[in-house]
Order: sequence, then structure tokens, then C-alpha cells
Amino acid sequence: MNSMPADASVEIRKGTEAEPYVGKPLTVTDFVRYQGASGDFNPLHHDHDKAVAAGFDRPFAVGMLAAGVLGGFAARWLGPHAIRRFRVRFAEQAWPGDVLTYAGVVTDVREGPAEGRREVDAEFTVTRQTGGVHLRGWATFVFGDTGSTGREGR
Amino acid sequence: MNAPGRAAAQPQEEADELVGRTGEPFEFPVELGKIREFARAVASRDVAYTDGSVTPPTFLMAADLWQSRANSPWGDHPRALARTLHAEQEFVFTGPPPAAGTTLRGQSRIDRRYTKHGRRGGTMTFTEVVTEYRDEQDRVIAEVRSTTVETSKAART
Repeated sequence: MNSMPADASVEIRKGTEAEPYVGKPLTVTDFVRYQGASGDFNPLHHDHDKAVAAGFDRPFAVGMLAAGVLGGFAARWLGPHAIRRFRVRFAEQAWPGDVLTYAGVVTDVREGPAEGRREVDAEFTVTRQTGGVHLRGWATFVFGDTGSTGREGR
Repeated sequence: MNAPGRAAAQPQEEADELVGRTGEPFEFPVELGKIREFARAVASRDVAYTDGSVTPPTFLMAADLWQSRANSPWGDHPRALARTLHAEQEFVFTGPPPAAGTTLRGQSRIDRRYTKHGRRGGTMTFTEVVTEYRDEQDRVIAEVRSTTVETSKAART
């Protein structure tokens, strides 16, 4: 995927969808690489014996891995400098061999209050090849403003 | 707060002694090498991460590497980690996500505790831990909220 311009040239309105991103089949190496990068070394995501001892068939995906990929997907779509809020909720576990599909849709666009300022909300899903949802996400982007929380009125 | 996707069921707030507890502040230097490593781990090759002008939205997860037990708001409170699941994670930024070269100062606190009854019986105890990050000018630049749930039965479903 190309890096998209963060504003202006891409028409963003309610219902605008991101081009879905289909990941490569998950591997334990992907989990280990994420765990090394983040510092979370929960062995259930890479140690087969410990995963089995804890009652799982085998190691399963770190939830924050797909959450991180989704964050990158969202930021690449609407702008890595414009993101002000990103939230994920975990659902089904994902397993080695799973192929995850990342999808997003704009749910709201607000103009103002300052001239040229625009807030964009989007919703996301990460879906397994079975159709089961691995996680859901929500993000808010702010354009035309460098100091907003995207959460005014909280 | 009526954020989309918030659970509609009315939770029961817990007024236990853990709420409000804080960990010691910690420093978290935002390093370009770690940004690149993290971006690669989440399959994000955006040039914004390669040059470090901004970090990936979930990059602050790497703060684990800069913390020890004293920085955890849980202190020595016993936790049933085998029955604890990560339910939600949220990142809120007051401007663009932090850039390489920033030294952040983070501090975590236990913000909320509440219980819900599971569909198959048993009690679920939710805990929301908020980590606030400030820059060198002491401006709040990010707030990270982690929601975990401890079940009264085994975590596996």
C-alpha cells in the first residue's frame, strides 16, 4: 500500500471505506518479533510446552500484534500525524496460520469549530479467514489542527 | 462518556482500595531504532516511522521495556494472571503521536474497577489502568488506557 496524503486530495466522508489489507498467514515468528519489539514476553505466545500446559492447543497470537498492524493500517489510510485516538477491543483469539483481513470505514466527519478543522471517526475490524472477528477498533483523526485531543467535550 | 462500542450493560463500580493507586513515574526515551523495530513488527513501512517524525499509534506499548515493578500501580497486590484477559486498549494523543528524540515521562494509575456478570455465570472484574505521558515541557501528550478483565473461572473460553 502507498502512503496516502493526510488530507485534501482524498475525499473522506461518512461511508468511505479503506481498501482492505490482507496479511500473510500468521507465524509464531511474527508473535516473537512483536514481543521483542514491545517487551511483552508472555510465553503463551511462543512457548509450545507452556501453552499446552495452560490448556491451549498451541501458542496463540498476541492481541496487540494485530492491534498494532491495525493501528498502522488506520494511520496509513488517514494520516500517521493526524491520528488522535485509537482504541481496540479484543474478541476471538487468532492462531498460527490464520489470515487476517483489516478493514475500515469512516463513520463520522465533523467540520470546525475552527475554520479548516476537521475531525474524522472511523471503525475497523480484523477478521479471521473463518469470518470470526479477532478484534474491533475505533479511531479519530484531526486535520487542520496541531493541538487537539480529538476528544473535546469529554 | 459515550464512546462508540462501549459496553451497554450497566457495570457495578467497585470502590476498592486499588482505585487511585499509582506507580512511580518512569522515563521513556523515544528512540528511532525502537520505532523502526516496532513498525517492522506491525508490518508498517510508512516513511513517517522510518524517519521517526511520528510513532505508530500503538508504539507506547514498548514502554514496558522502561518499567520495573515499582512503576506498576498494582504494587504487591496479588493478581490471578492465568484468569486475566486483555479486553481493550486505547491511545489518546493531544497532538501527533510522539516523535523520535522525545523523552517521555510516564506514570500509571488504576483509574476504574467494576464488575459484570458473565453470560455463563461467574463474575468478571474489569480494571482500567491509565498511563499518562508528558514531554520535556511537562505537557500531557498521550494517555494510554488498558482494560483487563479477571474472570472467576478459567480465562479460556
